[in-house]
Amino acid sequence: MKPAAFDYVRAENIEEALDVLRRDGADARILAGGQSLVPMLSMRLAKPRVVIDIMHLPGLKRIESGSGVIRVGAAVRQHELERQADLASQQPLLAAALPWIGHAQTRNRGTVCGSVAHADPSAELPLVLIALGGEIELRSRRRSRRVPAATFFAGMMSTDRKDDELVEAVRFPAARSGTGYAFREIGRRHGDFAIVACAAVVDAETARLAVGGVADRPVVRKLPLPGDPALEDALDAFAWDLDARDDLHATATYRRQLVRRLGRQTLEEAARCRA
Amino acid sequence: MAAHGDDLKETQGAKDWVGRSIPRFEDAALLAGRGHYLDDLGVPPGTLEAAILRSPHAHAEIEAIDCTAAKAADGIFAVVTGADVKALTSSLVVGVKAGIECWPIAVDRVRYVGEPLAIVVAADRYRAEDALDLIEVRYRPLPAVVDPLAAAAPDAPVLHPRANGNVIGERVFRYGDPDSAFAAAAYRVRVDVRYPRNSCTPIETYGVIAEYDPAEGAYDVLANFQGPFSLHPVMARALKVPGNRFRLRTPPDSGGSFGVKQAIFPYIVLIAVAARIAGRPVKWIEDRLEHLAGSVSATNRVTTLEAAVDSDGRIAALAWDQLEDCGAHLRAPEPATLYRMHGNLTGAYDIRHVKVRNRVVLTNKTPTGLNRGFGGPQVYYPLERLVQRIAIELKLDPLEVIRRNLVPAKAMPYRTATGALLDSGDFAATVEAAISDGQLDALQARCDAARAAGKHYGIGFAAVVEPSVSNMGYITTPLTPEERRRAGPKNGAQSTATVSLDPLGAVSVQVASTPQGQGHRTVLAQVIADALGLKPQDVRVTTEVDTAKDGWSIASGNYSSRFAPAVAGAARIAGLQLRDRLARIAAAQLNVPAAEIVFADGRVGARSNPNNAISFSRIAAAGHWAPGTIASEIGQTIRETVFWTPPQLTAPNEADEVNSSLCHGFIFDFCGVEIDPTSGAVCLDRYVTMHDCGRILHPAMVAGQINGGFAHALGAALYEEYAYAADGSFLSGTFADYLVPTTMEVPEPIILHRESPSPFTPLGAKGVGEGNCMSTPVCIANAIADALGLAEIDLPATPSKLAAYIHPPETARAGRPQPVARPGGGERVLFGEGRAQVNAAPDQVWRMLLDPATLEAVVPGAHGIEKISDTHFRALVTLGIGPVKGRYRADIELSDLDPPRAVTLTGSAEGALGLGRGSGRVKLEPDAANRTVVSYQYEAAIGGKVASVGGRLLDGAAKLVIAQFFTALAAHAGGGRQRTGVIGRVLRLLRRKP
Repeated sequence: MKPAAFDYVRAENIEEALDVLRRDGADARILAGGQSLVPMLSMRLAKPRVVIDIMHLPGLKRIESGSGVIRVGAAVRQHELERQADLASQQPLLAAALPWIGHAQTRNRGTVCGSVAHADPSAELPLVLIALGGEIELRSRRRSRRVPAATFFAGMMSTDRKDDELVEAVRFPAARSGTGYAFREIGRRHGDFAIVACAAVVDAETARLAVGGVADRPVVRKLPLPGDPALEDALDAFAWDLDARDDLHATATYRRQLVRRLGRQTLEEAARCRA
Repeated sequence: MAAHGDDLKETQGAKDWVGRSIPRFEDAALLAGRGHYLDDLGVPPGTLEAAILRSPHAHAEIEAIDCTAAKAADGIFAVVTGADVKALTSSLVVGVKAGIECWPIAVDRVRYVGEPLAIVVAADRYRAEDALDLIEVRYRPLPAVVDPLAAAAPDAPVLHPRANGNVIGERVFRYGDPDSAFAAAAYRVRVDVRYPRNSCTPIETYGVIAEYDPAEGAYDVLANFQGPFSLHPVMARALKVPGNRFRLRTPPDSGGSFGVKQAIFPYIVLIAVAARIAGRPVKWIEDRLEHLAGSVSATNRVTTLEAAVDSDGRIAALAWDQLEDCGAHLRAPEPATLYRMHGNLTGAYDIRHVKVRNRVVLTNKTPTGLNRGFGGPQVYYPLERLVQRIAIELKLDPLEVIRRNLVPAKAMPYRTATGALLDSGDFAATVEAAISDGQLDALQARCDAARAAGKHYGIGFAAVVEPSVSNMGYITTPLTPEERRRAGPKNGAQSTATVSLDPLGAVSVQVASTPQGQGHRTVLAQVIADALGLKPQDVRVTTEVDTAKDGWSIASGNYSSRFAPAVAGAARIAGLQLRDRLARIAAAQLNVPAAEIVFADGRVGARSNPNNAISFSRIAAAGHWAPGTIASEIGQTIRETVFWTPPQLTAPNEADEVNSSLCHGFIFDFCGVEIDPTSGAVCLDRYVTMHDCGRILHPAMVAGQINGGFAHALGAALYEEYAYAADGSFLSGTFADYLVPTTMEVPEPIILHRESPSPFTPLGAKGVGEGNCMSTPVCIANAIADALGLAEIDLPATPSKLAAYIHPPETARAGRPQPVARPGGGERVLFGEGRAQVNAAPDQVWRMLLDPATLEAVVPGAHGIEKISDTHFRALVTLGIGPVKGRYRADIELSDLDPPRAVTLTGSAEGALGLGRGSGRVKLEPDAANRTVVSYQYEAAIGGKVASVGGRLLDGAAKLVIAQFFTALAAHAGGGRQRTGVIGRVLRLLRRKP
């Protein structure tokens, strides 16, 4: 478990990082916490030519709140967001989901944007981002752009990010009044990858449920409000549509059953939290 | 010797250090990061590092290994293959007469994923791993067999062609008159069990530093080996040197073993040979991926157990049928897992008639070896499940069935039907004490309340006998009496301890117990302090072993819970023998009879006159400074080495009765579990474990052993499994898939004790390290079965399995095709389907599919497609899923051509990250506008590294790659507007609408 040789670039400014990305593209990987990348390097699953460390770029270390958005820079570690004062009132879904990410030790290193860029289908942060309808800020030497979470996640560890782009920040919509939020997850052990994770956003008119760990990316769907008799069939259809698969830890049937049960429980909790 | 033991116990009293939880001497260093683990120790100058190439295939002929490029790489000193190893060694000894060999590295054929194929020796581990990728191996895959029942079938693929099938050992035993008992029985109750594969996964992995001295023709090896040292002669014979030219040393500290570091021995042979070939010392530290895939596993076992029962629930007879899966090779001391419990097949019960059929089968999985519990979990799981089933079928209280069958106290020492001599204990009183002290009535009330509230709550019991101090003779039980006669008797278990006095009168102790964290040094200091009237801190203990210098024998080492009963006992005998001689020196100096001499508080004096005394150190130093003053009949008092073997450990007799272990502790456990109605997860509400392990030498360490064994057992019950796909792919290659319970998952059990000293051991102690690995998995399973009303339950009891009993069945989805039915659990065959619209007529698309230029353009990452025939192509492909990128050699064939409507694509790919093969049926259908709707269904099997470490992600990855292919085809036909790189946009186009 020793990585193959690679060049390590400790970027001094964002332009340098973007220059290397432009030069090396798919052969470069951003190091932003390293909680997924470093094991992949050690197992030689990933053998990039260049690793660009962006953790020393001061411009990327900010958490900014305002205009109904929590903007988290690329070098912000998960625990920094977790310990943000008033996070539970600014965005209760984030506050509820963050403790489910790995362990305290991994959150001390892992970054928010790193998890989003990595796009693991069981990851909590992409799930929250898609549930809230958040956005990803991408930047390259050519341009800067914002992509809605709903179109960013393209599949297993695959996103809309181009090879020369850096995820510069992610934008979580702040809590809106009259809206309830809830997060629930089932995994094998404390800190394990989710078998099924659910994030719910419920207001007076609509209910949104996002599900992670089942499809090859987090998926969000608008559903009938809790209490509506149509919810059960809609959840059933959602469970089937996620195309669950068997793996070592859970059968596809089990995952569908959890989507139905955990999905309903999460929606009901969000509806209760609205009050 | 038993009489001697009694004498010794008379000298023990209330002032003893033994029996107290003094702080461990080991901890000051360990807690400050000053442990001396193998990887921390210095290495000789010029030491090189090794990395091992391992098989991605479960079963394949090795057609060729080309090491040219690896040997030519920078910093590489040697590349060693199976042929090189075979030239310098002989096969490891195999414990049954089956005509098979056992090499520590693949020779001609690989038989499990993770089997070593080549060792690269380099200046450092990084470069060694770089060179692994440069070794080209050509395999001819063979069908693999992973299921023990399938492997035992007559038409199964055979792992070792020289053997007569995969069943390499079968013995039938009969004790008493089981057939009459079954014929006369009021009831017959039966359980069928598949006990899974798991391990104990120590924090520190294997490590070896080996050197070969060509001048002496001798190997010198430092390894975190744990014993048994019966493997020393096995290794020396394999290396073709006399035992005195194979010096094996162990480091002062080792980061856990639990049996697992027994199986380092094939790697010791490998690294020793690599050092000889490289001409330099070689160090190898196993990494976690290697450890999980290629170190060792406990056996998995298929058992049918049937009882003949009378109407009161009394068990008259048992019929065992055990099929033991030892993996790809039978490594010494296997099939010992199957026979370690042979004397204890009746557990804690008085059952006089037993028949047994034992079979050993080889499968394409990692070879097995020692693991905490060693055969106990595999035996007690069916036995205690059976006791619960008897209660249910006879409508009795399970506790009543246990009570009615326990061996009575007055029968001790009790000879079991199969030959074990249970040494001591009052099982019935111990059970009653557990019930009252552990508050079973309160647990029962909790259960009733939970059930009344509609919860899934259950209570389980388990009563087991915990054997310790293995008889070296039991490993010959798989041989017939005739074969044993020819081989010569094997029996006993020599343990050894040396107590030395230095010229300042300080006391040192050395034992060959190779502790792996248990605290042997502390307990030995207590034992010797008691013997010599000193404080434990006056005694310094070393436990590292050097076979060239220390006293050792084949039974030495750290296994079968032998430290407290055997090693500490040998140390006590050595201490007392030295004391008795020192007493005679003191008697002469103090002018009192030797019987009057007492050793206390660092002084040696007359019992009747405390002022007539002399310091211990002065007497102790006398042997160095004034040997001429010591009477010749007293002898030297510098060093006392004791070898102790209990006479009870006799060889298996002609009737195949075997006293497989010296001591037998007793454990009675009960627990309450609640099953979560949403997730199916098991919440362990309360766990009570009552132990009688004889005399307790250090209560805190005993608690540590029980807590540790309990945690391992909880893992086995609920989380851990070495899982394999039907094709032999290894699926639990990281700790993300091999789930070890953490402190968050392990509740604290309530530990209770009774003490029935063993009459057979010097200190009255029995082993305690493995009992919960035997009792806890089945106790939890019985509780789950009780909660959910299950007749059968196999471990690990995962939420996904249990939820199937809780959740109402899924209603099929109206108007939708059902998901493709898949072969059973753990199968890593991926299935999928999809469709794409191509902007061309079917006959155009058809031509594209058969055209290398098109394929090169559309196969994701393809470069250089080579057309072998009209329907056969080869290509180099680079595939990337997120950061995971690898190069593969791909082979694609088209068949079942139905132009221009359908074709089957069959392909395989192999590269450093793994291998895959699959096939897909592609259908082309015109739509109204004469475009083509391409639909496809595929089936793919993926193995090797990616399957081992990334199983969770495989489906998504396969889906992505296959979608890339057809999307690119669509794009190509449509004028190439969309290139393969535009994954995201393209996938959105492809995404199926619900």
